[in-house]
Amino acid sequence: MTDPKGYPLNAWYAAAWGHEIGRALTPRRICDKDVVLYRRTDGAVAALEDACWHRLLPLSLGHLKGDQVMCGYHGLVFDATGRCTFMPAQETINPSACVRAFPAVERYRLVWLWMGDPALADPDLVPDFHWNSDAPWVGEGGTFYGLKCNYRLVIDNLMDLTHETYVHAGSIGDEAITRSPFEVTHTDRCVTVERWMEGIEPPPFWARNLGRPGHVDRWQIIRFEAPTVVAGDVGVALAGTGARQGDRSQGVNGFFLAAITPETATSCHYFWNFVRSWRTDDEELTKALNRAHVNDGKGVYDQDHDVLEAQQRAIDRQPRQPFYNLNIDAGALWAHRLIDGMMAKEGRDPGKGVPPVGLAAE
Amino acid sequence: MAATHWIPARLRATRALTPDIRLLEIEPSGPVAPVPPGSHLGVAVMIGERPDTRSYSLLDSGADGLYRIAVKRLPDSRGGSAYMHGLEPGARLSISGPRNHFGLTPGRPGYLLVAGGIGITPLHAMALALHGAGSPFRLLYAARTRQDLALADGLRARIGDRLETVTDEAGGRIDLAAAIAGLPPGGEAYVCGPYGMMEAARRAWAESGRPAQGLRFETFGTGGRHAAEAFTVRIPRLAREIVVPRNQTMLEALEAAGVGMIHDCRRGECGLCTVKILDADGTVDHRDVFFSDAQKAANAHLCTCVSRVVGGGITIDTADRAG
Ligand code: FES
Ligand code: FES
Ligand SMILES: [Fe+2]
Repeated sequence: MTDPKGYPLNAWYAAAWGHEIGRALTPRRICDKDVVLYRRTDGAVAALEDACWHRLLPLSLGHLKGDQVMCGYHGLVFDATGRCTFMPAQETINPSACVRAFPAVERYRLVWLWMGDPALADPDLVPDFHWNSDAPWVGEGGTFYGLKCNYRLVIDNLMDLTHETYVHAGSIGDEAITRSPFEVTHTDRCVTVERWMEGIEPPPFWARNLGRPGHVDRWQIIRFEAPTVVAGDVGVALAGTGARQGDRSQGVNGFFLAAITPETATSCHYFWNFVRSWRTDDEELTKALNRAHVNDGKGVYDQDHDVLEAQQRAIDRQPRQPFYNLNIDAGALWAHRLIDGMMAKEGRDPGKGVPPVGLAAE
Repeated sequence: MAATHWIPARLRATRALTPDIRLLEIEPSGPVAPVPPGSHLGVAVMIGERPDTRSYSLLDSGADGLYRIAVKRLPDSRGGSAYMHGLEPGARLSISGPRNHFGLTPGRPGYLLVAGGIGITPLHAMALALHGAGSPFRLLYAARTRQDLALADGLRARIGDRLETVTDEAGGRIDLAAAIAGLPPGGEAYVCGPYGMMEAARRAWAESGRPAQGLRFETFGTGGRHAAEAFTVRIPRLAREIVVPRNQTMLEALEAAGVGMIHDCRRGECGLCTVKILDADGTVDHRDVFFSDAQKAANAHLCTCVSRVVGGGITIDTADRAG
């Protein structure tokens, strides 16, 4: 049995929305490492360890000189690869002086960082999140930075949507969810949980957006890509019009998107979006959907947020080995198995959230 | 510096690569994760009756759970290499790390690796890593004789003609200026070898006009322009005269004699162990990388952790003041 706190390091993690990173030094804690992000003059994003080589002052308290960061304490300067290029009061540079540079790529509107061995940072391994950036999908999301729960609790939340019936009653929740069977399949990188609810009364959110009376066939096809990305294909179509067979023309279709990034063992950053393919140039609807998710504590994601943080507090208070599991947890358990497999490949104990000896250049 | 964390290990096997270079395979007691190239291992050694530590670069990532190092028996050594050469398979060891002060930047458009003699060890790991990543690189490996090219055959089998060797006996010389000129913009050079080679590399790099941080080097503080010999240090302010034996550093000798000193790196990098030179009747063999060439020529200070004096003695001043 593994303590479900650890995370793989040889993976791309979402660190920021692309539009959030400009010429300001932006600090962020990712996988228990302090990182500073900034945009270089050529437009690419750089990510350095946010701790000066000299006396650990966060570099984010310094300032940019071109593409280099000058520490705000004694003026050491580091380039975007982390090499020191200036030392005060000496004519040479200590050859050991450097800070870690993290490989960064910008894709699908997000900045992704590789926290492990930089030699393995292959941009082809960025998780598939194309719904976030590509037509026909439209939507505006956001981030819960520093959500106070272990990242796996968020994955568990998204891999089992029976919780909608209870946490999101009155909007997307519906008893049909808890009554319908589901199927869980997986590859070595992905887990899919598929559920069809056929000939049902649509829940309020979907009834409104379909805008047509009558029963519907509803689907939830949730795809997890290890270690931390979830994309859920959701929607409804008029009952019996062939949605399950592939014709979704008589319905409305959206994707909920989640990129979850460990911050510490008990907190994470939750990048979320909900994109849709209906009324795609209706900006009012885009705004309304964004508000429906985070609405001063009353949105759908706020409801999850409350549950997740309360769950983490309970775990911290009474660390009973961890949970009992139900049939509905199959998707989450497969997701955990893929994550643990990635960690094992790194030669790391899934019980510990610390990097292996020597992985960091120190 | 961070407190050292020691873990037990066992010497699994040894193999003579040349008459004076020995390959050691070390098996740590716990599982190990692969380490980045340029990493070195700390090994606890006994110098006579005295415990001490030595650093050795790892030859590869240790992905199979073993740490491999190559140790050359040095005539000038303070005893560390002799100790390592005396170990038998099965011997118990204490190791620390690995740590990395010589990290390889990934993703550069080109790499030049230059090794002199036993300086091949960190570059061996880098060459394997770059080869594995499909990165463009050249490894220039120089030694006195063909026989001294301890790791050349094994390397050639793995990286082919990316390895180029030269030997003094064949009258070969590395043309550093040409090799540097062949690097694409943004390329980096990594050098490990005797002091003269590093100096030549630094000069050639500076002359090429490339940014200083693109030249990476490892300083183990061994070897200078001159062979080590004993010398005398006079400190008039303290009315002391201290002899630095051939196999001890000036810093160690001063500390052993009770002179208050501060230091950090002990590799000639940080400049904390420096003292003021009042007078020198020998030649100061500056072996540090802290002072610039101009500062070394001016001969007003020296780094006591690595630099020495040959052909005479030296008169210095330290930080001690009465009061
Ligand atoms: S702490 Fe950054 S320069 Fe001193
Ligand atoms: S101790 Fe750092 S230069 Fe001597
Ligand atoms: Fe939810």
